[in-house]
Amino acid sequence: MANLAWLVIALPLLGALVNAGLAFRRPRATTAIAIVGSGVLLAAFAVALGVFAEVRHLEEGFRLQLWQWMPVSERLHIDLALQFDRLSTVLLLVVTGVGSLIHLFSIGYMREDPGFGRYFAYLNLFVAFMLVLVLGASLPVSFIGWEGVGLCSYLLIGFWFEVNANSDAGKKAFLANRIGDFGVLVAMFLIWWQLGTLDYAAIAERAPAVLVPGGTAAVAITLLLFLGCTGKSAQIPLFTWLPDAMAGPTPVSALIHAATMVTAGVFLVVRTNVLFALAPFTLEVVALVGALTAFFAATVALRQQDIKKVLAYSTVSQLGYMFLAVGSGAWTAGIFHLVTHAFFKALLFLGAGSVIHAMHGALHAVHSPADAQDMRNMGGLRRRMPWTFALMTVATLAIAGVPPLAGFFSKDEILAAAFARGSMSPVYLVAWVLGLLAALCTAYYMVRLIAMTFLGSFRSGDEAEAHLHEAPLLMTGPLAVLGVLTVLGGLLNLPGFVGGHHQLEHWLEPVLARADALLPALVLPHGSTEMLLVGGAVLIALVGLTVGFRGTLATTIPPAKEAPAERGIARILAGKYFIDELYQRLFVGPTVWFSRTVLWKGLDQLLVDRLAVGGTVRIAQGLGWLGSRLQNGQVSLYVTLFAVGAIVVLRMILGG
Amino acid sequence: MLLGPSLLVSAILFVIGVAGVLLRRNAIIVFMCVELMLNAVNLAFVALAGVHGLGGQVMVFFVMTVAAAEAAVGLAIILAIFRHTQSVDLRSTNLLKG
Repeated sequence: MANLAWLVIALPLLGALVNAGLAFRRPRATTAIAIVGSGVLLAAFAVALGVFAEVRHLEEGFRLQLWQWMPVSERLHIDLALQFDRLSTVLLLVVTGVGSLIHLFSIGYMREDPGFGRYFAYLNLFVAFMLVLVLGASLPVSFIGWEGVGLCSYLLIGFWFEVNANSDAGKKAFLANRIGDFGVLVAMFLIWWQLGTLDYAAIAERAPAVLVPGGTAAVAITLLLFLGCTGKSAQIPLFTWLPDAMAGPTPVSALIHAATMVTAGVFLVVRTNVLFALAPFTLEVVALVGALTAFFAATVALRQQDIKKVLAYSTVSQLGYMFLAVGSGAWTAGIFHLVTHAFFKALLFLGAGSVIHAMHGALHAVHSPADAQDMRNMGGLRRRMPWTFALMTVATLAIAGVPPLAGFFSKDEILAAAFARGSMSPVYLVAWVLGLLAALCTAYYMVRLIAMTFLGSFRSGDEAEAHLHEAPLLMTGPLAVLGVLTVLGGLLNLPGFVGGHHQLEHWLEPVLARADALLPALVLPHGSTEMLLVGGAVLIALVGLTVGFRGTLATTIPPAKEAPAERGIARILAGKYFIDELYQRLFVGPTVWFSRTVLWKGLDQLLVDRLAVGGTVRIAQGLGWLGSRLQNGQVSLYVTLFAVGAIVVLRMILGG
Repeated sequence: MLLGPSLLVSAILFVIGVAGVLLRRNAIIVFMCVELMLNAVNLAFVALAGVHGLGGQVMVFFVMTVAAAEAAVGLAIILAIFRHTQSVDLRSTNLLKG
């Protein structure tokens, strides 16, 4: 099995190639495209299971050397090698497993789309790149995947590029990610300069001996790496691209912008956790940025009306939780939340997808121009879509942190870790409070989403309601599987107080041991303190759920076109704190102005076009004019010049 | 020998020829001045042959032959120009003006 592990990347890549070919040659061969597209993913999942069975018996996992990539010198030789250790196996299973489900769902969701083949080609390519990112044994190899998923994200956000806003959203995502990628690149150079290697294993080995704990080098490297993470994982200050990324098809939002790609930042931190453990300052920054993002995005989600925007800000917020976890040195909690979040957020997005699918179909049937994603136009879908309703409710309870669902355990562990680190630095206590407040908001906005979408009565007319229908089995099936995972996900890492043994923690121990040895031991609260914390978190979740439920159902919600403008704080929240407008003023506007007036009009048009190119033309023209004065057609002038020339030449020959 | 006076006459004739070519506008006269220059050179060849050997005299025959050919071509061109412009004034013949 170990020798064939490369297949897990090769299969989706092959699928991408085949689908690209089909997209060009046979765009309407939907059956073939669907079979290839999801077949390679299922096969890759099977390979991943095989790898998992192998790694179970190996403490350190195994390394698969594919070929030499840059054999430059004794010191600098980078191999294209894959690393199947316990951390990458977890991610491998999530990416291929959740990816398979989303591919299956996509068959139903995208069936009518003319770009069916292109869609699956991109999606397969994304999975291949994501696996390169996860499995790479060194930073440069992971970076291939890192850039590749960025590319696929860009392609899929702008999938319906006929609408200008969609391709703009793609460009925005790409540019925001570029800023982060710059940080990763510089961090790589610094790591190479300091440690002389880019291999993860070698970095972990050498860093404690070479880097001074808390020294400038360690802090600079980790801060730059974290800059990359803020771009890829949509944290403050680079988060603005993720809500706009919802312009892509909804299964893409589920796969790329919720379950896998955006968690790459968390993965990178855990992967290089030895470096982060050597820089406690960066850890505090990571935890605080994570907590701030979690709280900030959760408040924005409170007043969003677009169902996907709510989920987008929810994703940003949950990613903040993951960074709060890894910033507290609770690597396992971060990965645990990554996994459970992949389950319930994929479920929520796919559920939203089937809601949008149904709404779109119904509104289309009655020729209504209303927005199919605006929750104010929905309501009462429970009766028409019972399965979607039930499954999304489960996911809502999970994300809100209601026991015993997956989200409860992972979120609880993160908050406990932040609280425990509070004894080290007050920053963590601030982060903990922010995390709690974010949990309150989370429960509120999620139950608001459910209430506005599924409860009450339908707000887009009876005629449209008659056209609503539950999604086909191909779409509800993956939802059901994700629902089961959402319920059972907590089993991965059950804490002691419910009789669990922290399985995930033990599983990841060989990967995390080195970093843990560098940090003060994380003593999680236990006994009555633990019970108090858990009880408090559950209470907060229940309060949020109740308030959100009552608050949403108590008021009558007008359909989108009759809704009054928001006022006061609600307006600020609905406007997303006007961060986009701020960035527009601060960065985009000046850049455009500079490009237009200085670079375009000044440099290009004036300096290059008029002075350099135009000047050369003028000089040649002037010389030509002078020359043409001599050619006046008068023989006598020619003869005179000839005679004068002859005299001069004779004088030179004879007189010399 | 009359070497000195001969070369003097040759030089005078040559200068007259050059001046004619440079200053006159009538193509026929310019043409005749060219012939004058050729014959001035011929005179110098003959005069110098007495000092340097018979090569100079042989050269004269070459010059006369070429001059005859040149006269044929030149006069034909002038005739063609005259047919074209009804004039042999060189000032009006400026088709190659830049």
